[in-house]
Amino acid sequence: MERVFEVFRRERPGAPMQHAGSIAAPDGRFAEIYAREQYGRRGESEALWLVPRQAIREIAEFVDEFDLKYRRVDGYSIKERLKEARERAGTSLRDVRLKTDG
Amino acid sequence: MDERTTEFLERVRSGGVVEAGDWMPDEYRARLTKFVEMHANSELMGVLPERDWILRAPTLQRKLALTAKIQDEVGHAQLLYRVVEDLGKPRETCLDDLIEGRSKFHNVFHYPTRTWGDVGVIAWLVDAAAIISQKALLKCSYAPYARIMRKICWEESFHILHGRDVVLTLVTGTDAQRELVQEALDRWWEPLMMFHGNRIPADEDPMVQWRIKSQANEDARQQFLEGYVPQVRELGLTLPDPQLRRRDDGVWEYTEPDWERLIAVVSGHGPASAERLAFRRLSRAEVDWVSRTVLAEAA
Repeated sequence: MERVFEVFRRERPGAPMQHAGSIAAPDGRFAEIYAREQYGRRGESEALWLVPRQAIREIAEFVDEFDLKYRRVDGYSIKERLKEARERAGTSLRDVRLKTDG
Repeated sequence: MDERTTEFLERVRSGGVVEAGDWMPDEYRARLTKFVEMHANSELMGVLPERDWILRAPTLQRKLALTAKIQDEVGHAQLLYRVVEDLGKPRETCLDDLIEGRSKFHNVFHYPTRTWGDVGVIAWLVDAAAIISQKALLKCSYAPYARIMRKICWEESFHILHGRDVVLTLVTGTDAQRELVQEALDRWWEPLMMFHGNRIPADEDPMVQWRIKSQANEDARQQFLEGYVPQVRELGLTLPDPQLRRRDDGVWEYTEPDWERLIAVVSGHGPASAERLAFRRLSRAEVDWVSRTVLAEAA
C-alpha cells in the first residue's frame, strides 16, 4: 500500500514553510526521493517537510459560542464612544488642533 | 436541484472555493474527476511523442533539455493523479482505464512525430496552447487543482522557451532545417486549432457553470491566435489556412476544424492512438515487478 505524505516547502531562508502538495509513496525513503524530485530539482526550495497525512489533525470549525468579540477589532465601538466623550467635553478635534497650532 | 446543491453552485459561481474534504454535489465531483484525470492522462501520454526523440536529439544539450521536459511532464501527471486520488479514484484504476481506452487524453498526443522539427513545434506551440488553458485553471473553484496548476504553469514556461530555442535554431540554419519547421507546422496546425475544443458558449458549458473552467473554448483559441500567429509569421513561416485573418475588431477568422474528426481522434482513432496506448500497456507491464517489489518491501 502506498501512503500519502503532505509536502511543505520553504522557498528561501526566513520564509515560512508552506504547503506545496502531496505525494504517494510506499514508505518514507521513497517519499524523500519523490519529494526531492518533485519540489526541489530546480532549486525552488531550500527545505522540505514531509508529513504522513495520518499524522495531521485538522481543525476546520471555529464556533464562537460566547460571542467573544472583545478579542476582535470589531468588538470595540470607539467611534461612538469618542463622539459622546467630545460632546460631553464640548470639544471637537478641529478646535483642539487649532488651539495647539495657535 | 436540491437546496444544498443550489447553495454550492451559488458559492462557486461567486468565487467560493472547494477543498478536498468539503461536501460537493455528485455531478461536480464526477465532472471534476474526469477533467483532472484527462489532464493527468495527457501529461503522461504527452511524453511519448517526445520520448521518441531523446535518442535522436541533435546535441547533448538538447538531449538533456528534452529529458528534463519529459521529467517535468511525468511529474505533472503524478501531481494530477494525486488530485484525482483525493477525489476518490485510485491512480491504479486511472492507469487501467487509460490503457484499456476507457478514458481520454488530449488530441495533440494522438499524432506521430516525424522529424526534429516536430519537437520544436510541440514544445513551443502545443505547450503555448496548453499554458493558455492551464493559466485559466488557476481560477478553478477546486482549490487543490488550482494550487497544483501554479507549479505546472511555472514549469511549462521553461518548455516554451526550450521549444522557441529549437525553432529559432532551425529557422536560422540551412534551408533544409527551415523546411523541417515549416513542414512540421503544416502538419500540427490542424491539431492545434482543435486543441481548445469546439465553440461551446460559456453559458452552455457545464464545466464553466461549475467554475471548474473559467474560460470559454473559443476565448482560449482566440488568445492563442492573437499571441502566436504574429510570432510564427515574424519568423517567415506560413500557416496552412487560407482563411486565417485578423478582423478589424481583433477577432481571428479561420477555417472551421472538423469537430467530428476531433471526437474520433480523442476516442482512440487518431493516427498514433493505438501505437501510443500499446506502448503504455507495454511499459506498465514491464515495470510491474518494480512496483510489486517496492510495495512488498515497504509492507
